Amino acid sequence: MAVAVRRAKENTRVTVSRRRLLQGLGGIAALAAAGGLGIARRPFSSASGPAPKAKTKRRWGMVIDLRRCDGCKECTGACQNTHYLPNDHEWIKVYEVEQENGGKVFMPRPCMQCENPPCLKVCPVGATFKNDEGVILVDQDICIGCRLCMAACPYNARYFNYWEQPKPPGPFDNPMPEYPVPQRRGTVGKCVLCVHYTQMGRLPACVEACRMDAIYIADLETGVMTNRSGETYDLYTYLKENDAFRYKEELNTAPKVWYVTGHGQSLDG
Amino acid sequence: MALAIERDDLRAAAVRPIVSPGALFWPLMIVFSMIVLGGAVAFLEQLQSGLGVTGLNQRVSWGFYITDMVFFIGVSYGGAVTSAILRLTNAPWRAPLARMAEAMALVTLMIGSLFPIIDLGRPDRMYNLLLHGQVGSPVLWDVVAINTYMAATLIFLMLPLIPDIAFCRDHLGPAAGRMRKLLYDRLSLGWQGTAQQKHILERNMTIVAVTIIPLAVMVHSVLAWLFGMTVRPGWNSTIFAPYFVVGALFSGVAAVILVVATFRKAYNLDAFITEQHFKYLANILLALGMGYAYFLFAETLTEGYKMEGFGAGEGSGALLQETLLGKYAPLFWGFVLGGLALPIAILALPPTRKIPGIVAASALVVVAMWLKRFLIVVPAMATPIMPVGWGAYFPSRVEIAVTLAAAAAVPLLLMLFFRFFPIISIYEMEEVAEHESERPPQSATAEVL
Repeated sequence: MAVAVRRAKENTRVTVSRRRLLQGLGGIAALAAAGGLGIARRPFSSASGPAPKAKTKRRWGMVIDLRRCDGCKECTGACQNTHYLPNDHEWIKVYEVEQENGGKVFMPRPCMQCENPPCLKVCPVGATFKNDEGVILVDQDICIGCRLCMAACPYNARYFNYWEQPKPPGPFDNPMPEYPVPQRRGTVGKCVLCVHYTQMGRLPACVEACRMDAIYIADLETGVMTNRSGETYDLYTYLKENDAFRYKEELNTAPKVWYVTGHGQSLDG
Repeated sequence: MALAIERDDLRAAAVRPIVSPGALFWPLMIVFSMIVLGGAVAFLEQLQSGLGVTGLNQRVSWGFYITDMVFFIGVSYGGAVTSAILRLTNAPWRAPLARMAEAMALVTLMIGSLFPIIDLGRPDRMYNLLLHGQVGSPVLWDVVAINTYMAATLIFLMLPLIPDIAFCRDHLGPAAGRMRKLLYDRLSLGWQGTAQQKHILERNMTIVAVTIIPLAVMVHSVLAWLFGMTVRPGWNSTIFAPYFVVGALFSGVAAVILVVATFRKAYNLDAFITEQHFKYLANILLALGMGYAYFLFAETLTEGYKMEGFGAGEGSGALLQETLLGKYAPLFWGFVLGGLALPIAILALPPTRKIPGIVAASALVVVAMWLKRFLIVVPAMATPIMPVGWGAYFPSRVEIAVTLAAAAAVPLLLMLFFRFFPIISIYEMEEVAEHESERPPQSATAEVL
């Protein structure tokens, strides 16, 4: 925990001006989005009713180019800093997959944002839900902490808050599904695809932190993908031309995260 | 004449724990209460600090508590179903055991149904199950099934108690004390033993006995589906529901034998519960043990033939390897030899088919079935499903204290229960005796109708 906090501080120092600016913009955007609703619990979901929905509809996913990933785990750190997470919460976790012909492939695993999410199906109180941009979120004000979703997720992408998290500096005392900070004790947390950033046109923390430009955010609706350096491709052409695949395709969870590996490489170990 | 004396003996024996609980009663009550108190303090600590005080972690997020839940609810199931089946098949030898089996069913169910709550990260939000309940979730199936079954178990225990409570009301007199007098007045529901009252009671007892069997099957099936609805290696199985049902019966009958043997000894009930009773129960336990061994064999063979994912060090193949030969091998083979092979041998071989042997076999089965539930829950969670090593879990002091408290609560609650209610069903003993003396049975049926 101490490490995470320290890292958070360093990060803030380096990028303070840009971050401030963007946070200011975000505050205005969030206020505008909430509109006359006052405090809507799920301002970005379909529950927001007649609130202004001027933006184009999105359906977020990711493409991760494992040929570029060097396993630096900056994405994990950036995610933990952004969401003030303890060290054992790796919402994007980097696995090392040993290859048969020697060597290894690094595999960052965010939440797969499944179209058929097993975690959502088993939740007894509907705390896990899919927002209208296809992102799986957890309402930590409803979650009872039974952890059946953790048993059901085939990707180990869910994390339980065993301890009370220290309150982060700043005005973060009203966590909501889109920006669950601080994490609530006794409930389950997971990657939220940084919907609080994408709403304001900013890249998710892990994409922004990937200095190898390996992680792309993709919009399945418009078929566009882009990374930190602004390399932008037509999503479906890219997937086809690079033999992209989804992890554990056979489970019928229909993930919205695609992987690209080098020639002869595999994620099956 | 002989019958009359026997009847007085029976009535005296049935209320013996109420009238004179014996010198050991209070010391034992204090010991068990201390253990329960220890568990309660540990649980308070968990409420205070969060589930972080357990040995659970991000990989193995279910452990002792879920094991305890499956174990205690399973034990309960054995008590209720044995009693119900024996009643429906009109087995007269059930009469002196029924009360103890049914009381144990209720007590263990009450304890077992606490564990899903103890295991929750936010027990204070339990009401969300009502406010936001999702019909598609196995957890909600469990909530509905356990509560329905709890109601049925309570009624199943209470119905034949009514005439017995009326007996206490009418015959115990000042020995009972004021509190019991009030209790008996209220709970005997105006029972006078008229033909009409008996008729209504008999009919309802049959209805509940018929109802409780599918209910109990349902409870243990949905408990199994808590695991079976996931794709996790080891849980991703179609036989889980019947596998759990047979396992529950197996552990439950063993627990019935332990309870009956203990109270028989403590309250000197040898005249009514004989070696023959134990041999009958041993037959049932033996059959269930072989049934469970068959399920275990079927599971192990079908998984072991394919060894899915073994090469990559993941999947059910890796789990089986780790269970049979790896880290979990001592527990697994401890269960197979100590919980199946040895008890089956003891129960089957004539020299050991005596009360001490049968009781020892039952004790082995009860402990080993807890172990088996642990082996179902934890290794499956620890099995790698991503390219990473095995997860690890070791229970914390808190989990151990809570588990011990649950175990101690069983004798504690049973001893308390029999301090207030007859330990042998006087009503059923006398009904059975009446039936026996009125052969051929047609005449008895005619009289009831």
